[in-house]
Amino acid sequence: MSTDTLVMPPSTKPIESLDEVTVRFAGDSGDGMQLAGMQFTNSTVIFGNDISTFPDYPAEIRAPAGTLAGVSGFQVNFSSHEVHTPGDAVHTLIAFNPAALKANIADVRQGGIVIANEDSFGKTDLKKAGYEVNPLEDGTLSGKYQLYRVPIGKLTGNALKDSGLGAKDIDRCKNFFALGLVYWLYGRPMETTLKWIDEKFGKNPQVCEANKTVLKSGYFYGETCEIFPSSYKVPKAKLPAGKYRRISGNEAAALGCIAAAQIAGKDLFYASYPITPASDILHTLAKYKNFRVKTFQAEDEIAAMASAIGGAFAGDIAVTGTSGPGLALKGEGIGLAVMTELPVVIIDVQRGGPSTGLPTKTEQADLLQAVLGRNGECPLCVIAASSPSDCFHAAIEAVRIATKFMVPVILLTDGYIANGEEPWLLPDIKSLPKIEIKHPTGGNGHPFHPYERNEMLARPWAIPGTKGLEHRIGGLEKQDITGNVSYDPENHERMIHLRAKKVATIAQDIPLQTVMGPEKGDLLVIGWGGTAGAIRSAVERVQAQGHKVAAAHLRYMNPFPRNLGEILKNYKKVLVPELNMGQLRMLLRANFLVDAIGYNKIKGKPFLIAELEMKIQELLATFLETSQG
Amino acid sequence: MAIEALPQLTPKDFASDQDIRWCPGCGDYSILAQTKKIMPDLGIPREKIVFVSGIGCSSRFPYYMSTYGFHSIHGRAPAVATGVKVANPELSVWVATGDGDGLSIGGNHLVHVIRRNLDIKILLFNNRIYGLTKGQYSPTSELGKKTKSTPMGSVDNPLHPLSIAIGAEGSFVARSMDVNVKHLGEILTRAAHHKGTAFIEIYQNCNVFNDGAWEHVSNRETKDDTTLFLEHGKPMIFGKNRDKGIRLNGKMEPEVVQLGNGIKEDDLLFHDEKAAEPSLAFMLSRMRYPEFPEPMGVLRAVDAPLFEKGVHDQMKAAEAKNGRGTLEQLLNSGDTWVVQ
Ligand code: SF4
Repeated sequence: MSTDTLVMPPSTKPIESLDEVTVRFAGDSGDGMQLAGMQFTNSTVIFGNDISTFPDYPAEIRAPAGTLAGVSGFQVNFSSHEVHTPGDAVHTLIAFNPAALKANIADVRQGGIVIANEDSFGKTDLKKAGYEVNPLEDGTLSGKYQLYRVPIGKLTGNALKDSGLGAKDIDRCKNFFALGLVYWLYGRPMETTLKWIDEKFGKNPQVCEANKTVLKSGYFYGETCEIFPSSYKVPKAKLPAGKYRRISGNEAAALGCIAAAQIAGKDLFYASYPITPASDILHTLAKYKNFRVKTFQAEDEIAAMASAIGGAFAGDIAVTGTSGPGLALKGEGIGLAVMTELPVVIIDVQRGGPSTGLPTKTEQADLLQAVLGRNGECPLCVIAASSPSDCFHAAIEAVRIATKFMVPVILLTDGYIANGEEPWLLPDIKSLPKIEIKHPTGGNGHPFHPYERNEMLARPWAIPGTKGLEHRIGGLEKQDITGNVSYDPENHERMIHLRAKKVATIAQDIPLQTVMGPEKGDLLVIGWGGTAGAIRSAVERVQAQGHKVAAAHLRYMNPFPRNLGEILKNYKKVLVPELNMGQLRMLLRANFLVDAIGYNKIKGKPFLIAELEMKIQELLATFLETSQG
Repeated sequence: MAIEALPQLTPKDFASDQDIRWCPGCGDYSILAQTKKIMPDLGIPREKIVFVSGIGCSSRFPYYMSTYGFHSIHGRAPAVATGVKVANPELSVWVATGDGDGLSIGGNHLVHVIRRNLDIKILLFNNRIYGLTKGQYSPTSELGKKTKSTPMGSVDNPLHPLSIAIGAEGSFVARSMDVNVKHLGEILTRAAHHKGTAFIEIYQNCNVFNDGAWEHVSNRETKDDTTLFLEHGKPMIFGKNRDKGIRLNGKMEPEVVQLGNGIKEDDLLFHDEKAAEPSLAFMLSRMRYPEFPEPMGVLRAVDAPLFEKGVHDQMKAAEAKNGRGTLEQLLNSGDTWVVQ
């Protein structure tokens, strides 16, 4: 097909150069916004920009069309330099209907571009979105934004009038018209999408051709139509040389689990019950069965946890994935893993809570549940991933700690980094950590003691099938060393301390906490998990303004790095931005008696760089003024 | 393949060094003894056997076996066992559970493990009471049962464990009794040899909190008239004088008939444990004293695909198609591009 090598003519309109751009596609959940966003992302990474994406979709699969509840969005931030977040203010919003406009317009920057599909701004559409008058006509937008009314539906129909497709199929193509238009607007090549269309619809030439036609129509519409005065270019980023792939947090977590099992030379057993936003880990792993990956879709969260424990007992690298409500259900099982001292990794992709909460929105409110949420004195290791690609390394680290210390590890990610994507420089295999597992072998004639410990306080991982090491474990309190059931009060207290000390010992095995910025100063901004990009960017901006502000971002939530207490003392104030009511702050206060200040947002959305920057400036102003004055 | 001669083990070799803590006279002792007794003849090395349990009196079982054992949490033994078996299908995996553990708190897992048909053996000790928590009614307690939690009598309709197992597509469903040691041993052996999930309901007497719960089927005087021992391919005959039988009436319901007076053996139902269609097995599972004799033996034993084999076969198929994955391939598995 000739289109495969299509080269777009150079634009004849003026081209403005920009450093960083944020584009958001928004429409009904049936409008194909996620697909358009993904395609734009693909083309943009291959073009050579750094990117960060943020899909934002409704909890309902098909919420009533045209309503605010049904709005689905996909945001792409791309730049000629490194980006750490999907962007604050939107440069271009593509709004497919009034509801999409209403839900998103507040995020568009002053003077930003709004492309509205005017075909969907009829009376009923407006009413569904709660507009009394048409916002495209009442002047509310035109002053503030560059508003472009494009009859996307009609233009798509015109482009396909000879295609032989029915009205419904034609309508389905309109997201590609918008995509083509945005490709033109930002000078993106279309090859990646054209190739994708061939692969996806190759078996159906009619649909295949139609999608290509519409995509190109969108592109040429931008080029030839009078309404757009110019297009923009965002030059390639200077990314470190090497091989890249685009990756989401859930994919990265899945690949990290496989990599860990491969490094350890063992099979991976992944048990999970479908739950938003963690299911993609299961979906991804199910595609890698030739990597000694066993996936098990359990009947419920509890079974997923319990079967992972069984898998670990039998000698597999055992992992279960879930989100907040599922973590609550797994609590008793996690306690069993603590008691039986088996290496199970639990991945919690956090979402808005409590209860069912906001399944598709992000939050960091499971930290205390992860650290403390079980009956009895039940310590375990908790770590957190800070970006989509970091989920890969965090998963390996979780497996490494679990198997080295014979302890369950909870890995916290969140909906934002789990679904968000970024380009990932593939790591050098040699740089990955070692995971050495030695199962004891029987036959030395001595009775086997399943609760005898090594210098790390880890017990031996003796697996069924090993002759001479037959033993029984369970949830009842264990006698030190022998592992027999014991109700002895002295022994119980000793075991409580032993289990706690073992987890505390992990601090000797993890890196010291680092800070970005001055080692001593006015303010330390400390965060954890998926807020890393926003905090880092905000602190960099404030540092550039000459302030003595540093950022520390925690991977290890329990135990904390052993130098954390010292670091906290080196700054006049400590600010803890979190997408919760202050859970890390509570832990820092309890552990280090530090008067940490919280900055808390619980809206189901990630931090904006600008709001963090403002908060830091405000805080600095309060005490720097008073100390100087 | 070199076959290593296994040393002949004895039941004693399957006893652990732990003191047994069941109440004296408890039916659990007999089940433990029969299990140990059949083990040597299965020819499975001790280290390849894993007993998994939940919580309750019956769930102490693994501590008393010298095999690998896992005393897990309430109701979850089938799920733990699933993990063990999928991780290593070569292990012989057994689950010890009770009417509360398996049918109340763990009902969900029980149903799903049975329908998946993992090659594991489930012994459900049914004593129709909560023993370990000191005597509350259980999901198999009869209506009206007076217990600590039901001083005015239970208003909770009981369920039939075998009906659940058959309803959950059980490929091997059987019943035996603690006091009938010979029969129990035979059924345990048959379960061990079945390829797939074997579910055995074992009538077990809790002499402390529910003594005599199975008196109607265990009493020497009456048991021949109150139980029906199933034999594959044989007519369903019972009674001290083997003069009663079960046949289907015009409404396709079972009825007890007296042999003689024109009713011959051939008029009776013949037991077919291999029937693909489980309706007759289900009908048997519903037969309760005093209307009917209670069936003992194997209600159903059919071939069905094994879950863990399916999992491993898919892995093998994926490997055959794409080769065994390496770390290198893993990292390069998406759409990649190179930045110079
Ligand atoms: S309480 Fe009942 S079931 Fe439990 S050990 Fe005692 S007799 Fe057996």
